[in-house]
Order: sequence, then structure tokens, then C-alpha cells
Amino acid sequence: MTAITADQLLTRVRDLLAAHPPADTGRADFLRARFDAGLAWVHYPQGLGGLGAPRSLQAVVDAELEAAGAPDNEPRRIGIGLGMAAPTILAYGTEEQKQRFLRPLWVGEEVWCQLFSEPGAGSDLAALGTRAVRESGTGDWIVDGQKVWTSSAHTARWAILIARTDPALPKHQGITYFLCDMHAPGVEVRPLRQITGEAEFNEVFLTGVRIPDSHRLGAVGQGWAVARTTLMNERVSIGGMRLPREGGMIAPVAAAWRERPALRTHALHQRLLQLWVQAEVARLTAERLRQQLAAGQPGPEGSGMKLTFARLNQEISGLEVELLGEDGLLYEDWTMRRPELVDFTGRDAGYRYLRAKGNSIEGGTSEILLNIVAERVLGLPAEPRDDKDLAWKDLAR
Amino acid sequence: MSDAFDLLYSETEEELRSAVRALLADRCTPADVLARAETGRPHDPELWHTLAAEIGTAGLLVPEKLGGQGAGHREAAVVLEELGRAVAPVPYLTSAVLATEILLGLGCEVPEAAGLLGELAAGRQVCAPALPLTQAPGAPLPGAVRDTGGGVLTGTVTSVADAVAADVLLVLADTGLYAVPAAEVALTPLVPLDLTRPLATVTLEGAAGTRLADPATARAAVAGALLSGAGLLASEQVGLAEWCLTETVRHVRGRHQFNRPVGSFQALKHRLAQLWLDVASARAAARAAADALATGAPDAPLTVAVAQAYCSGVAVRAAEECVQLHGGIGMTWEHPAHLYLKRAKADSLALGTPGHHHALVADFAELPSP
Repeated sequence: MTAITADQLLTRVRDLLAAHPPADTGRADFLRARFDAGLAWVHYPQGLGGLGAPRSLQAVVDAELEAAGAPDNEPRRIGIGLGMAAPTILAYGTEEQKQRFLRPLWVGEEVWCQLFSEPGAGSDLAALGTRAVRESGTGDWIVDGQKVWTSSAHTARWAILIARTDPALPKHQGITYFLCDMHAPGVEVRPLRQITGEAEFNEVFLTGVRIPDSHRLGAVGQGWAVARTTLMNERVSIGGMRLPREGGMIAPVAAAWRERPALRTHALHQRLLQLWVQAEVARLTAERLRQQLAAGQPGPEGSGMKLTFARLNQEISGLEVELLGEDGLLYEDWTMRRPELVDFTGRDAGYRYLRAKGNSIEGGTSEILLNIVAERVLGLPAEPRDDKDLAWKDLAR
Repeated sequence: MSDAFDLLYSETEEELRSAVRALLADRCTPADVLARAETGRPHDPELWHTLAAEIGTAGLLVPEKLGGQGAGHREAAVVLEELGRAVAPVPYLTSAVLATEILLGLGCEVPEAAGLLGELAAGRQVCAPALPLTQAPGAPLPGAVRDTGGGVLTGTVTSVADAVAADVLLVLADTGLYAVPAAEVALTPLVPLDLTRPLATVTLEGAAGTRLADPATARAAVAGALLSGAGLLASEQVGLAEWCLTETVRHVRGRHQFNRPVGSFQALKHRLAQLWLDVASARAAARAAADALATGAPDAPLTVAVAQAYCSGVAVRAAEECVQLHGGIGMTWEHPAHLYLKRAKADSLALGTPGHHHALVADFAELPSP
């Protein structure tokens, strides 16, 4: 069977629009119809929102639908489901799991969150201690433990969860991957207030939470391999964004520089120009990566873009606070809010400065990412480790 | 529009790269470069002939009807990446880029200019612009050479790169632009920081030249050539930085200290990972500059300034890291790291320092100084 062409996809998009005119169709109804037409994520299999088409053709579909005024599925709001849960379920799920979860996930009716990180397992994620014990008789799993840094936990209906099912094995081997019902008894979500004053993330306490074995993803003890699929997909999504010149964090600094000559000093000018150039080069690097992906020549640059943006965001927002003089002493609002999205624009410089501190920690610390680049891109020897053959229960904690 | 930059390499460009790289691997190893540099005559005329005439790289910027290859800046940038990777001592930047661009900037109406262009494109002659290597785009042009009457020129130009290899010099005088045969000028070779790009003081005492353009045309052509030269120099810097990174990674993987490969220490791994990221970024910046020049994009001057402001620093740091992470070996004369450090540092002064290009960015991006 030959792959579907761009023209054939456009015909399907037009058929969808004709049968479900966006102006007269409810938002969720339109999105369900789009999923059923295989136009949700075109590279997914038929019947699961896709048509087995090349991934690069998704842009063709998106552009055509956007031009027709069709609603999107608010990809930023459901980013964890789209970017992490869906590809993992597709790769490891049973047919029943795929049929049950992918459609409401994509439509946005069910929001997903990720129960991976723990207070004692951040960069060393495989050291996690949340326990899942199998109940004899029912075969259900009973989960106890604590997770942290969980975005969207307060709005999520489902979670991807990794838990330890055999503490007697070395840490990577005793882990199993589950799909966890966030409405199940024993799941408690508490806001985790951050240095910005907001609670963008949560702590999630799991106390005797019952998960049926049908919600296990992959084999018992194979959770680390499944989690690696999730984490690789998390990093793939970085670098896909397109910025105009002087877009992103440099924009408000440049605007302040132009509008308020009284704030200018020679030292600040040097720093501003350095960062302006670096921001422009980072933009071009991300654009080059995007062009490589579109041309089917994926380069390893994606592994590094997060490092660059984390450093730049921190340096630029630091300069911005300093540039603003007396206004830099002020902060917009310390009220604890629980935003659904991280929003770097439309906020003041103090917020940007504080929030950017997280950019070099979240989604893999800069130190860990540098190790990854050094080992996987440059082929340098791996860090020596002495936990490889030790049972998890015997590790120092 | 900047979104239109094509930042990849085409198949043709990759084929060109392979041809140049194979030639340099065969005839221009670091040991060859060092051996020639020690004789005080770094240029290899036979290598230049093969590169310029047989592979046809000297005429990449020249239209076919003027005897060139009718390619463009993107292809010339690929050649410069490979020349940077090999610290090749050939007058490509001076003759095939700067002098060629000056002549192209005069238009085809001047028969002498068109004739000389054909000679350069065919690799039959080498031409050096009689300008200091530090001459930057956007900076005032020198005015030390005067026409004492009837095209008889007097004056001195300092720090002229590759003049010792030139058959003819392009001289900017008060009355216009002149093509002056090398035999008409006195050259005083200087001791250059960069052993692979020789410098000389060019003295004209009643030198006879052929006038190619009036002062306004000449200055516009030189300004355009300096912009191209600065933009393409970024690609030489990328190639140089990439060699330094590759060689350093190779070294730290094999070199053992404390019973471990040196490259297994996190302090070194993080530095090299960061350097890799900087080189990848420099490549995007240099490709953008080459593409902007090739397409005549309105924002080419800004894109070139960004590339130069960024790539100079990356090349210097890559070469400095190469010396440091090779340990004592990196400080020796035998190891080629010093050739790269010297070229990288000299390149950061050539055609405008990073500071000069930051000032240009301030102008183009409307970020005025206090």
C-alpha cells in the first residue's frame, strides 16, 4: 500500500469540513469527527485518529483546518496527554487500552498528567519508591507513595504512573507502568506553591489506590523501558516551535530599551546586544532543526535546544529586571493562583525572572542534558555508576 | 523575510564539500600546513591550482557568462567550511571572495574588470584587495593611497592578507579603484599571528595601475565585498571550530589519566557538550548569513552582523578548549592545535571584531547606545 499523499489528505479535510461545518458544529463534536476521519494525528494508525501517513503531512492538515476556522484541541492545555501519554499508549497499549483512551485524550475531554517524579527521585528517576503491590485474588494493584511536580494534576482525569513492583531487583528492573484514574479513592492532589507565588504544579499523594491489572501498560517489571518511550517523546516536542526574529523573552527587553531611554547604560547595552544576538542565533538553530526534521534528516540538535533556551531565558529575564530600575523592585501579585498553563508572556519581568529559574530543572536538568549530549552525541564514556547491580532496597537513601 | 532562510545543505553542496574535503585530506594535512608555514611561504600554488581551477571553486561567485561557475554564496560558504577545517593556506577568502566581489560590484561594463574576473574565476591569477585584513563592513574606508596623476599611485596599506601570493592588487585610491600588477608595488612581509594567512605592508611609490571605477562606484563595491566577506568568514570559523571539537573529543576518549578516559570526567563532558551546542548554533548562524547573501535578502547586513558577532567567539573558544583539553600536548609546536588557535584569533579580528559587529546589530535592530 502506498502512503497517502498531501492531495488525498486535503480531500479528506474538505470532506470533513463539508460534513461538519465548524460554524454549525459543537466544538467537541467537530473534534470527535476529525478524530474519526483520521485527521487528528495523521501518522497514527487508521481507527486511532490517523491514516498511517507521514508525520510531516500533519502540518498540511492543520493549516487547512485553521484556515477554515475549525477549533483546535487546545494542544497546550493537553500537552502531557498528547506529547507523552498518547505515544506511549500507542507503543505499548493493548487494543482495548488504545480504543478506550486515545480518542477522549485527543479531543481533550480527558486531561492527562504524569506521575513520575518523586521527592527522592528527580534526575535519578529510576530510584523512585512509590510501591505497587499486587493483591492476591483480584489481581488488582494497590499503590502507595508520593509524587511531585505534577502539572495539570488538579484538572487531570487520568495519569501515567510508574511505581516499584519489586524492590529486590536493581532499580531499573523492578518498575511497572500504569494508567491511574485520578478520581480513584486514595488519590489526593495538593497544590505545590512555587517561588513565583503560584501553584502551577502539584504534589500527589497515593494512599491505597486500587488500579486494575487491565490498566497496566506493558509487562510487569518492564516499566522503565515504557517510561523511556514517554521521556523520549517529551524531548521530541521541544524545538518544534517557530519564533519570529526578536520573539520570545527578548521582546519585552528590547521594547523597554527603545521606549525608555533614561534606563540605558553602556554596560546594559553590551549585555543586551550579546543576548539579542544569542537569541537570534538560538532562533536560527531551532529553525534549522525544524528544517532538518521536515526534510527527513533529524539532527541531534534537539537534545541541546532546551539547554540553550533555559540559559537564555534566565539571562534575559535577569537583565530585564535590572534594566527596569525602580520598577524592577516591584512584583505584580503574590496571590497563590493555580494556572492551567504556564504563560511567560503578558506577565511582568519579576515573574519571568523567577519562573525561568525552573527552565534548567524541569524536563531534565541542564546537568543531566549535558551528560546526554556528551554521551549520546559526542560518544564520550558514560558516568561511572555503582548502583547497577544492587537491589533497590539496598540503595542508600 | 527571515523565515525564508534555507539553512540546510543541498545535495550539490554536499558533493562540492566531498570534493574539497578529499583534496585537502590528501594534500593539505596539518603536518603539511605546519611544514610549509615553517618555510615562511605557507601558500601551496599547486594545491591552489587544483582547488581553484580543477575543482572550480574560485569561480563559484562569478556568473557563467563571465567565466565562472554561476553558483553563489551558499556554495562558497561550504568551500570555506572545509578550508577552515583544514586551516588551509590558500588565498580563497581574499581572491575568490573579496577581490571577486569587488570586481562583480563594478558591473560588467568595465572590460578590464570583466577580464580580470575571468582570470580569477579560472584560477589563472590571484588577486588581493589592498585593504587591511581588519577592514570591517560599515567602518570608514582607508584613504591613504593617492593618484598623483594619470593613474600613478602613491601610498601605503598595512596588514594586507595574501598579498605575497597575488599577481595583481586591487587598490582603492582617492580617484577610484585600480588594478595594479604585483610587480609595481613593494611588499614588506610581516610576521603574522596566523601563520597560515600571510600579511604584508604594501607600498606604492609611483605605481602604475589600470583604473576600473570612479570613487563612488569603487567604495560601494568594496563595501558590498566586505559584507560578503564577513558573512562567508563565519563559515570558515564554523569549519575551524568543528575540527577543534572533533579532535578534542577524539583525544579525550583515548587519553587515560587516573585509570579512566579523560573524557569520562563530568567537568570535561559538560564543557564539550556545551561547545558542541555552540558549534551547532554557529552553523545555523553562518548558514543564515550565506543564504541571506545568496538571495540578496534585505536583512542580509543584520544577518551577517549576527553571524560574525557569534561565530568569531565560538571559533576562538573551540580552539582555546582544544589547546586546554589536549593538556601539555596542546601547547607543543608539533601538535596542530596552535595553527587553529592562531587562525581563530586572527579571524576574530578580520573583517570586523565581534564588538564592531555588535555595534552594527545595535544599528540594524534599532537598539541605540545610551
